[in-house]
Amino acid sequence: MAREFAIEAAGLRKSYGAVEALRGVDLHVGAGRVYGLLGPNGAGKTTIVRILTTLLVPDSGSARVAGHDVLREGQKVRERIGLAGQYAAVDENLTGFENLEMVGKLYHLGRRASRERADELLTDFDLTEAGGRLVRTYSGGMRRRLDLAAALVARPPVLFLDEPTTGLDIRSRMVLWDAIEALVSGGTTVLLTTQYLDEADRLAERIAVIDQGLVIAEGTSTELKAQVGGDRLELRLDDPSHADAALVALSQLSDCRPSLENGTVRILLKHEPGEIARAVRLLDDAGIGFDDVAVARPTLDDVFLTLTGHAAEPSEEEEPVAETAGRR
Amino acid sequence: MSTLTYAVSDTLVLAKRSLYRIRRQPDLLVGFTIQPIMFVLLFAYVFGGAIATPGFDNYIDFLLPGIIVQSMVFGGFVTALGLSEDLKKGLIDRFRSLPMWGPAVLTGRILADVGSNAIQLVVMFAVGFAIGFRFSSGAPEVVAGIALVFLIGYAFSWVFAFIGLTASSPEAANAYGFTILFPITFISSAFVPVESMPDWLQPFAEHNPFSAMVDAVRALFLGTPAGNSVWLAVVWSLAIVAVFAPLSAWRYRRSVTR
Repeated sequence: MAREFAIEAAGLRKSYGAVEALRGVDLHVGAGRVYGLLGPNGAGKTTIVRILTTLLVPDSGSARVAGHDVLREGQKVRERIGLAGQYAAVDENLTGFENLEMVGKLYHLGRRASRERADELLTDFDLTEAGGRLVRTYSGGMRRRLDLAAALVARPPVLFLDEPTTGLDIRSRMVLWDAIEALVSGGTTVLLTTQYLDEADRLAERIAVIDQGLVIAEGTSTELKAQVGGDRLELRLDDPSHADAALVALSQLSDCRPSLENGTVRILLKHEPGEIARAVRLLDDAGIGFDDVAVARPTLDDVFLTLTGHAAEPSEEEEPVAETAGRR
Repeated sequence: MSTLTYAVSDTLVLAKRSLYRIRRQPDLLVGFTIQPIMFVLLFAYVFGGAIATPGFDNYIDFLLPGIIVQSMVFGGFVTALGLSEDLKKGLIDRFRSLPMWGPAVLTGRILADVGSNAIQLVVMFAVGFAIGFRFSSGAPEVVAGIALVFLIGYAFSWVFAFIGLTASSPEAANAYGFTILFPITFISSAFVPVESMPDWLQPFAEHNPFSAMVDAVRALFLGTPAGNSVWLAVVWSLAIVAVFAPLSAWRYRRSVTR
């Protein structure tokens, strides 16, 4: 069982003219796992998804999805996958029900099974009431839910979600996250691309960090954070005049020099258990009191910055503008 | 089930989807019904008095076959716009990731065009008859003429499918379609006799495949001399399909969401 991969890719390369979108990507995704592809816009995430879903032929390299070769057995792959893309790929001039029914028929489930499945999914995604309405009356969040439902029509063992929550408000994102988590508990393998670090952190068991067409790091979210270093400890001293003594006392905890700012000592701990307790003991032994202690875990943001030297996502202020301009 | 069964059933599923759209976007329905009525009436009454059509009882007899063929040619516009929108909205990606018969995305649209062309045809015959158009050939010729009209519409749907998959946006598809097809349909025998055009333009109008198509339909509806226009019209239509169906299928296979 250990060698059972739902998605395997080796040496995927793809260029568009002079632009190298993928420069040799390897992936191994275990069956029944959620795997995150994390990277900024233009990193190559969507190109990977397109190749794995048979939409795009790579210049070189090979890939197997659900046990079948994407290049030679495209039809068999398509029978076993679901895709929800960056756009809510649903027909605005059909009702929610008709959209799902159409997809069911195109998976060749038959008329009756397509309808039953459509009803089931509308219930699962809380769209029963909206099911008879034209999709063009739906909100953005409802469209995405319908889109995800459409990807699940044939109960595919492998699901590709390409930035499923890009452009959604926080509440709709939460709803979608819950839906994705429910799916995974049902045994579906999910390949999720995202530029949201919290999304990868929350949903994915393993994460590949993609930048400029390469996998630059891979592992569980904990492993990736460990690459950046351990927890950051912040201590506010009750008497700022003890600061120098505190720095001396704590210096043995870290390879980096502790920093001091406004009576607050910051120190990057080694990634070992018990380091926080040790810090507190050391200060106690030195007779230094403190008002407050806080532990900051490194975020995937820190990971990205450390690995690539640039931030993973656009700053929050820019984002709403990009959303309204980019999407309808 | 075999590939053929899937080809048929997937085409029908997607044709149904396209036809739903006509019902739900009332502006499209206006395009299919009011527009042909408008064209027939405008040409018949605004230009009719000024255009001499020797050999025909009246201008409406001359005009109606021309305007019908033009409407069939432009009927494929819905396919261009629809495919272009599907591309923009990511639906083509979804379809291409399904285990369906791929070309059904095109054949479904084109089958729906045949349906909407039928609506247009009925409307135009109704208006034509109301203002004096009469068939003056036998029933078999009229039936053959109607079949030819559908064949022409079918051929140009493939042209529009290619335009829709190639243009960068629905607006661009619209612009390409009009820029290419308006001169072709107007510099022809559709609305005026070719002899009335300047000498330098006549050779183009005479050899324009669109002229052959109009002349053929006119001959079949009115019993005017057909010359070799009927077989020319059929050959041209089939040639257009032979070129643009594979081109469109190729474009579809490598289409990418914009």
